[in-house]
Amino acid sequence: MTRPNNLILRTTTSLIAFLLLGFSIYLFFAGHNAPGGGFIGGLMTTGAILLLYMSYGINTVTKMLPINYIKLIPIGLLVAVATGAGSFLFEVPFLSHSFGYFHFPLFGEVELATAMLFDLGVYLTVVGVMMTIILTVADDQ
Amino acid sequence: MINLAVLPIVLPLLSAIILVFFNSKVRISRLLTKIFSLIGFGVSGYIAWYVIENGTITLETGGWVAPFGIILVVDTLAAALLLTTNIVSVACAFYAPYSGLGEKENYYFYPFFFFLISGVSGAFITGDLFNLFVFFEVLLMASYALIVLGGDKVQFRESIKYLLINLFSSMLFVTAIAFLYGVVGTVNMAQIAERVAEVDQQGILTTIAFLLFFVFATKAALFPLYYWLPNSYIVPSPVISALFGALLTKVGVYSIVRVFTLIFVHRIELTHEFFIWIAGLSMIFGVIGALSTNNIKLIIAYNIIPAIGYMIMGIGIFNQAALSGSIYYLVQDMIVKAALFLLVGVIAYVAGTSDLRKMNGLIHHYPVLGWLLFISAFVLAGIPPFSGFIGKLLLLEGAFRNEEVIIAIIALITSLLILYSIIKIFIRGFWGDKDAMKGLTIKSTKGLIAPIVFLLAITVILGVGAEYFYPISDSIAIYLLDPDVYIDSVLKE
Repeated sequence: MTRPNNLILRTTTSLIAFLLLGFSIYLFFAGHNAPGGGFIGGLMTTGAILLLYMSYGINTVTKMLPINYIKLIPIGLLVAVATGAGSFLFEVPFLSHSFGYFHFPLFGEVELATAMLFDLGVYLTVVGVMMTIILTVADDQ
Repeated sequence: MINLAVLPIVLPLLSAIILVFFNSKVRISRLLTKIFSLIGFGVSGYIAWYVIENGTITLETGGWVAPFGIILVVDTLAAALLLTTNIVSVACAFYAPYSGLGEKENYYFYPFFFFLISGVSGAFITGDLFNLFVFFEVLLMASYALIVLGGDKVQFRESIKYLLINLFSSMLFVTAIAFLYGVVGTVNMAQIAERVAEVDQQGILTTIAFLLFFVFATKAALFPLYYWLPNSYIVPSPVISALFGALLTKVGVYSIVRVFTLIFVHRIELTHEFFIWIAGLSMIFGVIGALSTNNIKLIIAYNIIPAIGYMIMGIGIFNQAALSGSIYYLVQDMIVKAALFLLVGVIAYVAGTSDLRKMNGLIHHYPVLGWLLFISAFVLAGIPPFSGFIGKLLLLEGAFRNEEVIIAIIALITSLLILYSIIKIFIRGFWGDKDAMKGLTIKSTKGLIAPIVFLLAITVILGVGAEYFYPISDSIAIYLLDPDVYIDSVLKE
């Protein structure tokens, strides 16, 4: 049996997958002041990983990204709930968010909000759920 | 503590998340489930006590004031239902390890269990119509997963029906909220109530009221929208049936209580009069269903429908005694339905069949089981020392006070038939010769009896201790009849 030679697909995939991942992270961070956010960022990341799966096959990518996507769901939920429950420590109503300005070497002064942590939870959950659904269906004999 | 009101949602949610990590370790999952359910029971008990002592708790999540943010409102009604939910969850948590779930326990049974509790608690305490929808979806998603868990052929068949009908009614729910938002411009229940009162619930608002009633009636399985319920409730394992029978339909009833005592109360002659008819028909058709079958699980599942009818009857009559009766009946019915589903689960397990025609003489082998069934039949039918009596008595008092004689007679006859349908299990299944059932092997009921005794003990306390509980349900009824109290507690001006 000869294996199909999909050199063009693989070469473009390794380029496009990184573009997609970069764009998904941009969307994730842009969410506060521009269209984007955890949900669309997570979907875009899933798209990038999915492209890898389609051109490289399931075994190679599992070796590349040894992530248990099912575990990613509770981790994401835990991050989101913990962000809300953090308000227990400060005696403020549940889900109260705060923000501050921080100075970073390359970016200069950046506004960081705890809402981003919640978004991170959403992001992880979306990636986990989407990948679990797709891989479960793909594995089905 | 400022965040007390959110604990009934967050604690089960956290429990579910933690239990996902221990999915493959059954022993730890079981232990943690018991611990978490007891914590939830303790917290909800404290909240109930706190609300009765100090009045309604409102929590403005995220610190956003009333109509703009999501408000959680724990009033006496919500607190009572939260406590009941947690009582049921404790019983189910202690029953589950022995109920023969087998390898289903490893397929995220316990996380979904807690997601269900979280959704139900959230639906009880939210003060926002769209949030109510979200919590409906949380509990429905968990119930979809639980109903299909195990993957038998019948489960697939029934779950597709269950899923389709619930998806349809959820879509209708969103549509109804969209209409309501288009008319009044808010989804906060207190503010909706205020604005609906301003225009005296004219024209389109009554139509939206009926649309919302249709949605909740589908969730609560009222006539003629109950056809999806009986079969889909008996296919999962008994502990899941108990959770469904005790909690899911009651969330629909609670939503009807909330919406039609707070928001749509200005055209009672249209809406509430209609409820009385629906309640009567639900009772008749539900009890006919219960009498028509020899499957003991199906008998209990059909018995949900007349019970919902009783509760809606109280809202339809809409005076203090009837509402008080509805609330009393709602709380006691959640507990007794859970007990009955767990009980028939045990009976079907020890008899090896759920067909009544193949059972006989079980009392010689399982006396405790027989007498528990006997007691629960009395509780359900409303025989005086037990809790079903006070709820029905108040409902009848309310009905006669408003001269709704027909519904009162229907309710009385239905009681009798409910008693017959349960006692039929007792007479046919438990009476008879000692050796009537061939090939019956005695099975251990270790661990299965205690949760049922716990639930039935609470119904007995609710009945005997009516002196203490009746004033609470009465005060809830007075509170429900005056929506301004709720509105003022949310929109502090």
